[in-house]
Amino acid sequence: MNVSAPLKASDFKSDLKPVWCPGCGDYHVLLSLTKALADLERKPEEVAVISGIGCSSRIPAYLKCYGFHGVHGRSLPLGTGLKVARPDMTVIVAGGDGDGFSIGGNHFLHACRRNIDLTYIVMDNRVYGMTKGQPSPTTEPDWDSALSPGGTGLNPFHPLVIALASGANFVARAFSGDIRGTTKLISDAVNHPGFSFIQILSPCVTFRPEQKEWKSAIHAPPVEATDDPARAARRIMTDDGFNVGVLYRGDRRPYKIGDGVEHKTVADLEQEFQI
Amino acid sequence: MSANPDNEISSLSELLTHAYAIEEDAIDRYHMLGDQMEVHNNHELAKLFRDLAGHEEKHAAEIKARAETIGLMNLKSSEYKWPDTEGPELAALDEAHYRMTPWHALQMALKAETRAFEFFDHIVNTVTDPEIKKWAEEFREEEAEHVTLVERLLEKNPEPPAGWADDDDPPNLQE
Repeated sequence: MNVSAPLKASDFKSDLKPVWCPGCGDYHVLLSLTKALADLERKPEEVAVISGIGCSSRIPAYLKCYGFHGVHGRSLPLGTGLKVARPDMTVIVAGGDGDGFSIGGNHFLHACRRNIDLTYIVMDNRVYGMTKGQPSPTTEPDWDSALSPGGTGLNPFHPLVIALASGANFVARAFSGDIRGTTKLISDAVNHPGFSFIQILSPCVTFRPEQKEWKSAIHAPPVEATDDPARAARRIMTDDGFNVGVLYRGDRRPYKIGDGVEHKTVADLEQEFQI
Repeated sequence: MSANPDNEISSLSELLTHAYAIEEDAIDRYHMLGDQMEVHNNHELAKLFRDLAGHEEKHAAEIKARAETIGLMNLKSSEYKWPDTEGPELAALDEAHYRMTPWHALQMALKAETRAFEFFDHIVNTVTDPEIKKWAEEFREEEAEHVTLVERLLEKNPEPPAGWADDDDPPNLQE
């Protein structure tokens, strides 16, 4: 019997050199993702990574599996379509906070609600890095910069609570620098049925150099993951934003094609359209 | 480092697997940093990181040769018994900067080599199996040599003056 050697993380890396700034948290996420795919024992041809636009959305190019660098904010519709058409594939959707929560905010809500079996990873650095540092939906209201003098004064978007309220089946927070923890969370998210959402705090060293301090602020949640959404929401709403780990693990059945609809053939449809 | 007995290296094959992974991961990491420096036109640093990777490649080949009769294990990333979030001999990615100098790179390498030394030192001081202990002592000795080598290189590459990161056209200019 020909037994092939298990795949390693490096087997999931493409030959393309990332153009991210040295020190960027997204390098860590790339490492964690490749390690997770190797641990999951998926073959590159069984995996598709779909992204939108932004620094972090470049990630499919740096991976050796199927990938699609899509339209701004539209990575989730692409991923949803792919998973529905090819349920056998492992679909991972990846991007940043601007792409996912502003331009793609509406898709985020409905992807959680639909509960398609895919994993959504958001590399959250609380800034639009690619376009020179505009405040994003998750930026603190008092973040002062040349493009937002005195800060926006706007309440930040809380993606974990919104994911929970919208029906996501697995909700977790990770820190990019914690490679072992992030790798495990990605593996757990992929293995969990339904829509899994991971907010990965990933520092932008160019526009938000103060985020280098996140490394010392991170801590594991004091309690185990819960399957009670109300308890999870209370916990997420009251923590300091630096708890990492699985915060909610639900048991809602993932959407399957045919749920609630009658199966019809093309001939049936043609019949209905006949005048 | 945790002294949890469940986290102890329990066979020679496991020790060699960890020793080999330390070197393989370090090679990948130095090439990753070399790529970053190439992309950002810091060619002096790109070459330095490639040289450091080359050094680790020789060490990895030696370990692989020594492991030929014993064999290496196929471990998942979560099954490695690292004391921290990843392997000990990995240069910290978050310390990279596009204008970094050889001194910075060598400081990263020094920390990595020191962590690798401490990893084997911990095994030497805690493991009960005499054969694992003997091999771990050899690996510890090799890491000590690497620490000395990097320290020697640092003597030739002193700390740059303040302002080494100054850039007339920085990437974070918002106007």
